[in-house]
Amino acid sequence: MSRFMPRVLLAPAVVTLFAWMIVPLVMTIYFSLIHYNLNQPGEHGWVGLENFRYFITDPDFWPSVLQTIELLGWVIVITVALGVGLALLVNDPFPGQGIVRVLLISPFFVMPTVNALLWKHMMMNPIYGVLGKVWTFFGATPIDWMTDWPLLSVIIILSWQWLPFACLIFITSLQSLDREQMEAAGMDGANAVHKFWYLTLPHLGRSIAVVIMIEMIFLMSVFAEIFTTTSGGPGNESTNLAFLIYKQALMSFDVGVASAGALFAVVLANIAAVFLIRMVGKNLD
Amino acid sequence: MSTPNSSANATIARAIAAWFFALLIFFPLLWLGLTAFKSEEQAIASELIFKPTLGSFAEVQQRSDYLLYAKNSLITSVISTILGLLIAAPAAYSMAFFRTKKTRDILMWMLSTKMMPAVGALVPVYVMAQTTGMLDSLPALIIVFTLSNLPIMVWMLYSAFKEVPNDILEAVRLDGATVWDEFRHAILPLTMGGIASTGLLCLVLAWNEAFWSLNLTSAHAGTLAALIAQYSSPEGLFWAKLSAASLLAIAPIIVFGWFSQKQLVQGLTFGAVK
Repeated sequence: MSRFMPRVLLAPAVVTLFAWMIVPLVMTIYFSLIHYNLNQPGEHGWVGLENFRYFITDPDFWPSVLQTIELLGWVIVITVALGVGLALLVNDPFPGQGIVRVLLISPFFVMPTVNALLWKHMMMNPIYGVLGKVWTFFGATPIDWMTDWPLLSVIIILSWQWLPFACLIFITSLQSLDREQMEAAGMDGANAVHKFWYLTLPHLGRSIAVVIMIEMIFLMSVFAEIFTTTSGGPGNESTNLAFLIYKQALMSFDVGVASAGALFAVVLANIAAVFLIRMVGKNLD
Repeated sequence: MSTPNSSANATIARAIAAWFFALLIFFPLLWLGLTAFKSEEQAIASELIFKPTLGSFAEVQQRSDYLLYAKNSLITSVISTILGLLIAAPAAYSMAFFRTKKTRDILMWMLSTKMMPAVGALVPVYVMAQTTGMLDSLPALIIVFTLSNLPIMVWMLYSAFKEVPNDILEAVRLDGATVWDEFRHAILPLTMGGIASTGLLCLVLAWNEAFWSLNLTSAHAGTLAALIAQYSSPEGLFWAKLSAASLLAIAPIIVFGWFSQKQLVQGLTFGAVK
């Protein structure tokens, strides 16, 4: 085995990913420093940091940063908590365990556009939607989800989509839990809560870290689910950073400002990446 | 200490709870499936008892060429998965078996590229696709899908390869095996599960990818995720048609997922479960 072989094998992945990162990045940096509006072709004057100033002072900017974090945080909390609960519930054998698992995992295979439209219309429509009918059945006034609780609606939709993923990983992790240790703890008089807190939860630690990391990677830039349900509205109430950049680029046609926003998102992604390295980086060894 | 009787009761209670939550989570999909076979009037009436009709499916096929979109989805997801495996496997192999100080940094850097919002790269990628004449073409989608799945693939394969015991590799190397021999006869058989699971996950991710297919394609290279968007604007009654189109788009991958779920789970743990 030659000394260079490992590098030769590594090269294609590193080179393609580097190109995939650096070429758009350089172009984005360039666009962010010039005047570039698709409605005003031919005018590409140098504007310095004007685009950045414009993006950051946009009244939608801080709400969308906050909503990006809220969205991320709530979906992670909900999917991890419910995922652990469900995994514990279906861990030991019971009649129909196989089918239950198949049902639980199904939303994971549904594409985001279908998922979003299904919830928006058939579940959350206040007049004809299933949730509306359930509310009416219990004598309550149906909720107009997309108008009154836009961000919560998106959080619910995303949680439904990501719960199976979290659940699956926890189920797999539980299977390697030391049963003898659990039984011994039971003999020593540990109750279910103690067993969960001192044995199960620490055992799940690594897989919880992995779930948080993967969900963070995908949820940082949620787009399709917002695009097809609320379009970021009403107002800016369900706009996240990815959607705000999209609005600038394709609804205001201002590529310069959108590029400045994209660079801001890159910085945010890197901050999150540093945080992730601290949290789960040691799991990679 | 629990008596056999009380533990049997506990199992029944657990089974009921598990079935309840599983059906609750599956319900929206069940509803989608039912609505697809209703007429538009029945669809908004939420009737549970109805005479099934295939009318919506016929209309979907008439309004948009389902088979073309399905073919595009199949081609882009299969080819991008194979391409991705071919690029990711050597890299994962190199990092798993020839560790250097930089290995961890390279892995984390690769993952961090996945965290960049795709929308940030939209304009540059769009401009590049336009200038190379690749807008609305399958190769453009295949390249983008391959690259955006690559970090996850490298990471999953890396976790799988790291499980291979070192003494097996040393034994093979002492016999004077080449890299290819070592890979084929020692690593491949031992990590087939992890490799399959990596491929499966990326197939699902590519099939469901919506952002790039919405923004880079129109009539020629549109995938099923883009087809659905055509049924998203409310024009009259449209729930049955939307459901039929959705069912057609997700059925292949869901059935595929059901059959491969055991395999998929194996590698999905990203090395978190020992």
